[in-house]
Amino acid sequence: MEIVLAIIVGLLYASGIYLMLRRSLVKLVIGLVLLGNGVNLLIFLLGGLVRGKPPIIPATESILGEIYADPVPQALILTAIVISFGLQAFAIVLIKRTYIVVGTDDLDEIHSTEEEDDY
Amino acid sequence: MKLLIFRTTTIFLLPLLLLFSIFLLLRGHYLPGSGFVGGIIAAIAFILHAFAFGLKNTRKLLRMHPLALMPVGLALAVFSAILPIFQGLPVLTVLWLDEPFPVVGLIGSALLFDSGVYLVVLGVALTIIFTISETV
Amino acid sequence: MLLAVMSGFILASIVPFSGKLLRGRWSFMTTALPGALFVYFLTLIPSIANNQVRLFSYQWVPSMGINFDFLVDGLSLLFALMITGIGTLVFLFTSAYMKGDAYLGRFYGYLSLFMGAMLGMVLSDNIFTLFVFWELTSISSFFLIGFNNESKASRKSALVALAITGLGGFFLLAAFALLGNITGTYSIREMIGSADILKAHPSYLLVMVCLFIAAFSKSAQYPLHFWLPGAMKAPTPVSTYLHSATMVKAGIYLLARFTPVLGNVPAWNHTLTIVGGFTMLYAAFHSIFKKDLKEILAYSTISALGMLVFLLGLGTSEALLAMVVYIVVHALYKASLFLITGIIDHETGTRDINKLSGLRKVMMPVSIAGLLAMISNSGIPPTFGFVGKDLIYASTLESEILALSLTTIAVVTNMLLLYAGILTGVKPFTGVLPESFKEVHLPDWRMWLPPLVLGIAGLILGLFPVFIEGGIVMPALHSMYPMAPPFHLMLWHGFNLILGLSAVTILGGLLLYFLFKPGLRHQTWMAKLYGSSPEHIALLFSRKFRVFAAVWTRLFQNGYLRIYVLMIISFLTVLLAYKSFTQVAFYINPAKISPLTSTELVVMFILIATVLYAVYTPSRLAAIAAMGVIGYCICLIYVFYSAPDLAMTQFAIDTLTVILFVLVLYRLPKYINYSSWLIRVRDGLISLIFGTLISILALEVLYEPTNKETTRFFTDNAYTLAKGKNVVNVILVDFRGMDTIVEITVLTIAAMGVFALLKLQLNKYDQEL
Repeated sequence: MEIVLAIIVGLLYASGIYLMLRRSLVKLVIGLVLLGNGVNLLIFLLGGLVRGKPPIIPATESILGEIYADPVPQALILTAIVISFGLQAFAIVLIKRTYIVVGTDDLDEIHSTEEEDDY
Repeated sequence: MKLLIFRTTTIFLLPLLLLFSIFLLLRGHYLPGSGFVGGIIAAIAFILHAFAFGLKNTRKLLRMHPLALMPVGLALAVFSAILPIFQGLPVLTVLWLDEPFPVVGLIGSALLFDSGVYLVVLGVALTIIFTISETV
Repeated sequence: MLLAVMSGFILASIVPFSGKLLRGRWSFMTTALPGALFVYFLTLIPSIANNQVRLFSYQWVPSMGINFDFLVDGLSLLFALMITGIGTLVFLFTSAYMKGDAYLGRFYGYLSLFMGAMLGMVLSDNIFTLFVFWELTSISSFFLIGFNNESKASRKSALVALAITGLGGFFLLAAFALLGNITGTYSIREMIGSADILKAHPSYLLVMVCLFIAAFSKSAQYPLHFWLPGAMKAPTPVSTYLHSATMVKAGIYLLARFTPVLGNVPAWNHTLTIVGGFTMLYAAFHSIFKKDLKEILAYSTISALGMLVFLLGLGTSEALLAMVVYIVVHALYKASLFLITGIIDHETGTRDINKLSGLRKVMMPVSIAGLLAMISNSGIPPTFGFVGKDLIYASTLESEILALSLTTIAVVTNMLLLYAGILTGVKPFTGVLPESFKEVHLPDWRMWLPPLVLGIAGLILGLFPVFIEGGIVMPALHSMYPMAPPFHLMLWHGFNLILGLSAVTILGGLLLYFLFKPGLRHQTWMAKLYGSSPEHIALLFSRKFRVFAAVWTRLFQNGYLRIYVLMIISFLTVLLAYKSFTQVAFYINPAKISPLTSTELVVMFILIATVLYAVYTPSRLAAIAAMGVIGYCICLIYVFYSAPDLAMTQFAIDTLTVILFVLVLYRLPKYINYSSWLIRVRDGLISLIFGTLISILALEVLYEPTNKETTRFFTDNAYTLAKGKNVVNVILVDFRGMDTIVEITVLTIAAMGVFALLKLQLNKYDQEL
């Protein structure tokens, strides 16, 4: 299972980066989302996979038993998921604005050249 | 016809989802669920309502601008964080009521904090979606 | 004491906002600050008599051993008195010289900032506060030199000065860090105690070289001297202040201050003697070919600084004494000459020595001041300059090696300096007054009084050197050379070799003045020499570097986002590949792999298929839908492996994201394939290799033994300390509550950003487009 998951993580990375390398703004954002998912999954995988033992202390106990899923990566990912939503929303609106102002979603056309500055 | 079904379900779904989101918030300390999830579920409930009845009606239902939810939530969270200072404890120490509360169980300032998170997430999600669907 | 040092900064922060109030007749009120400080430092003289020191300590960063420790000993008091004394006169002079300037307030601000920084520097005992003040002098002098910011030449000189002194500051920091490491203290006074350890330390040479570069850059020693003539673009009060008493003496101060710590080692002494000796000859030689009064003064200043370094290099008690005296002498006459130049420039509008003559008829007090300054500069009795020159010859004659050649160098330099002194102090006032200058009149008393005061001071000190002998000179010498024998400064030593040398110097200088007239031939000759001067080489280098930087920037910062991504990823790929193939043995431990159930297999399969679909689909909507499916599949993976909280969050957020994308992207243009297939293949290959590496890396890390201490802490204490049973939630709201607060703040900012971007229409901008 770990092997399959590792391959999926690699695939998500690869496709995310491939999409980010495209010139279309829309693809860039989708790539960003895929990459974010890949990262989350990677952290999750590295925390160790445990089946059917969520990190919730049973009602009768006061500490967790020996085998349980690691809560630390879960807390990390939970934050990451929510934050990435904010990021995506912002990115997507930025793209929208750029598109309205510049009139193209070709990234190559909106690269700016700074003025040569002579001191 | 489709819209009618959608609207009718939404009328029932909205209070149910909201209740569910609060349920998630309250039980978060003991079972799966937290302010984050609760907030998003609540946001989804309102968004559903907006799709069914239009944004104007949802805004009427909400009575307040979703932007306003964020500062309220932030203030709640920060308030719960600095509350312990008045008792001479370090910032972010969780305070607990001595008696268990009926239904919910033991209540502490952690719940206050989580409610802050709930409100912020709800406000953020609604602000983003509403502004986008209004202007785009 | 802290107030004394900080008052400059306080004034600097107030003055620029005073507006009209200062621009009028009240501008000379600012003179009160340096004047008061001068008096304050005068009152400190008794406290350091008999070679005592006074320490004023104020805590700043006690945890790192950085404090405001202000040490008042002979050396620092000597400099403090010069800074405030000359400062008083310069402030007064400025109020008339710059009368009506729109930015007078700003000018005073920079000037007092600079004064405060200089005071802090010479008084600091802690090397890091010294460094901070040192850098502050560089920065404030940048503003002063570039004060006429509308002139390109002025901006350029300021930049050159900042670059050179900034470079020096960089080396100073290195030297100080090394010193602090070796001695274990940041206090210069305490370092003296471990001077022997330092001198035997293998890094000694490195420390020395760094310190030298710093001092030479500030004190304009060859080959870092060329910023100083350029700095003459500044208004004359600035040149006066920076080049007579303060800025350029900072390097001298640094060397003098560290003489007891690092000095008295052959490498130290010889380097200083050679550099100083060469600089003084080189600059003095240059000064006689110049036509502009200020340029002559600039080169003679460099020469004088070379002389000081030279004397520091000799390092004997006599030489250091000569240095202390010469510092005072030079400060007095050079400030005076600069101010006179300022007056001439202000009144006649030219600084060309060939055009100036006969001005004594219209400005008598100024010509007296010029004469006095020249006499002191030439070392003609009975001025203080004579005392100084005597001491210089005495020390070179007593040098253990090469006494003859060292003395010759000193004599020749002094001759040339005398020539320069006559050119600037006397020449403009003698001869026939040209028609064009008939209208010239004596300026405001605030302008002619300061140089006259300085000239008279030189005269008085020459006649009665006892005034500063015990109070300043002796303690100053003592702080550099604790075992110095007692001495007496005297004007008259009787007929001896030294007197003969003085006579030779004066006669030689006068002969030179009457016989030698720089002509066109010399000019072309100097121009040829310029090609190999350090200034030319440095400028050439900086030009080439700019070209290189432009090419480099265009190569890497080309504005194409995907090229950036490509570069970062390619670099990471190479790095990762190198590491994982050379350093890690790849293996998979089958015992640790959990089995795959059929439901999971189906989910995985769907996941892989949709990822591929999302990449290749030509439709935006399909890509978005695929993205949603990927999210739900990941959500299922969280469900399988005991992360209910994650699953819920992922599910809800994924839904929201899809809604968002559909709302926005539906109105964006259709997918277009902008790139050619070749580029697509290239990108595909790079991303595939990167993805594969990540997979391998993930598997590698998975089988590394992990430290679960943090997890253990959270799981053990979730209920006992935080009374919660959902550990993930407890981490979020309790253990790491601060992180969560920051997170929701970030979310709020993102939402406000979205709101602002869409609602607050950039109407004007939109219409323009």
